[in-house]
Amino acid sequence: MASTTADATAQISIVVEFSGGLEMLFSDVRRHAVTLPAKDQDGNPSTIAYLIHHLCAHVMKDTRKELFVLDGHLRPGILVLINDADWELEGEEEYELKSSDNILFVSTLHGG
Amino acid sequence: MPPTTCVRCQTNKAVVKRPKNHHKLCRDCFIAVFEDEVHHTIVSSKLFYRGEKVAIGASGGKDSTVLASVLKTLNERHDYGLDLVLLSIDEGIKGYRDDSLETVKRNAVQYDMPLKIVGYDELYGWTMDQVVETIGKKGNCTYCGVFRRQALDRGAKTLEIKHVVTGHNADDVAETVLMNLLRGDLPRLSRSTSIVTGGSLNDVKRSKPLKYAYEKEIVLYAHHKKLDYFSTECIYSPEAFRGTARSLIKNLEKVRPSAILDIVRSGEDMARLTPDKGQGACACDEGEGMGGCGSADAKTSGNDLAQMEASLKEKPTANGLETEITSNATPKVIDSDDVVKLPIRQRRSKEPGPVQLQTLGKCVKCGYMSSQAMCQACTLLEGLNKNRPEISIEG
Ligand SMILES: [Zn+2]
Ligand SMILES: [Zn+2]
Repeated sequence: MASTTADATAQISIVVEFSGGLEMLFSDVRRHAVTLPAKDQDGNPSTIAYLIHHLCAHVMKDTRKELFVLDGHLRPGILVLINDADWELEGEEEYELKSSDNILFVSTLHGG
Repeated sequence: MPPTTCVRCQTNKAVVKRPKNHHKLCRDCFIAVFEDEVHHTIVSSKLFYRGEKVAIGASGGKDSTVLASVLKTLNERHDYGLDLVLLSIDEGIKGYRDDSLETVKRNAVQYDMPLKIVGYDELYGWTMDQVVETIGKKGNCTYCGVFRRQALDRGAKTLEIKHVVTGHNADDVAETVLMNLLRGDLPRLSRSTSIVTGGSLNDVKRSKPLKYAYEKEIVLYAHHKKLDYFSTECIYSPEAFRGTARSLIKNLEKVRPSAILDIVRSGEDMARLTPDKGQGACACDEGEGMGGCGSADAKTSGNDLAQMEASLKEKPTANGLETEITSNATPKVIDSDDVVKLPIRQRRSKEPGPVQLQTLGKCVKCGYMSSQAMCQACTLLEGLNKNRPEISIEG
């Protein structure tokens, strides 16, 4: 891997969606265009785990972070679909994000 | 990671990993399998008969929306010959039901089913907003739950329907099993696992066709079929104990996905150990599976009801249990081997267990199935009506 300074600032753009009640934690907006560094601070490709922290730190205005993240991980009961596929088929938090990925977070915890 | 191929059709890309058996399925196979399993539940439990009129308790939430969609599909595919109707409850919480009732109205069009909406005001003379004005926010979910349960039955009766199906799923049942286990309430635990309640003694039968369906799969089914459903948080506070049980279930699922169905099955097995073999089933102990504050957050538990009734009637029914706990909580050392005497329940031999020998009669006031002379709703209403402000005419 030819590491250059360009890599360090490279960004990827993805679409993040929230449904099943989670949108209420994200300014009542279902669909967010999110741009984030292609690599994390250690130079590793950005993963879903990185995205979750990024969303908490930069996108989520609601103060009830524990409704999204518990003990440093996504709250159990929230499903993730990576390009419409169950994240359990894609490596869950380890999945490495690619440009124009669609990441959907769906809550199973809300009533109707 | 290379894309995983569907184990069923061996052709398409898998998009679902099933919690119960880890099968990896494509969208179409997942939908087919999900529907087949609900069909199997319906057939093996003989839930319906041909020509039956069935009301679907509909809140616009994921569970009842999936139930309506699947029942419509199966009714046509397997020619059940059912007459399906959507039945919704309006608790009278300003602004709260607007969106969900709009969703149900769209569902009625999408599924080509008639829709009946019944309000608490017409059934009880009280909207939930008026209840909260009178008693405050504390405990109002208990009222809401008691009223909603009967509202479905009463609504069904006005439509001359004797069978109401609700969207309770495997996670809901597991949660209720766990809660009753943690309370040491085996009779109630056993009733909560029944797929059908009421019916023989009550004139309205209740059943839960999604009893074996994982909440995860219900949400995925709704997603992949692009169903139109509504999600909300109950605007009133959820019951802490149920919330804790719910988190526990979700945490267990994370570590061992089969745990949810295993808990449901354990509950069914335990039901066979109770004196009435879980057959003395009435619907009075479970929540609604209907969303809103009767849903995930706040299904009303029997114990809360007992407390509520006790405080309303100022009749210390719960004291017996407390005394028992207190006496058991101080185990005595009985001999030199440091053997600690285990808390052994003696209540059953001393006095008839109230739950075991409970006979279901009819409420003297409204005729609804009840183990007490007066049903829970009428008891709560009596307390409310005593406290009704004199000048609440415009309400
Ligand atoms: Zn397939
Ligand atoms: Zn009554």
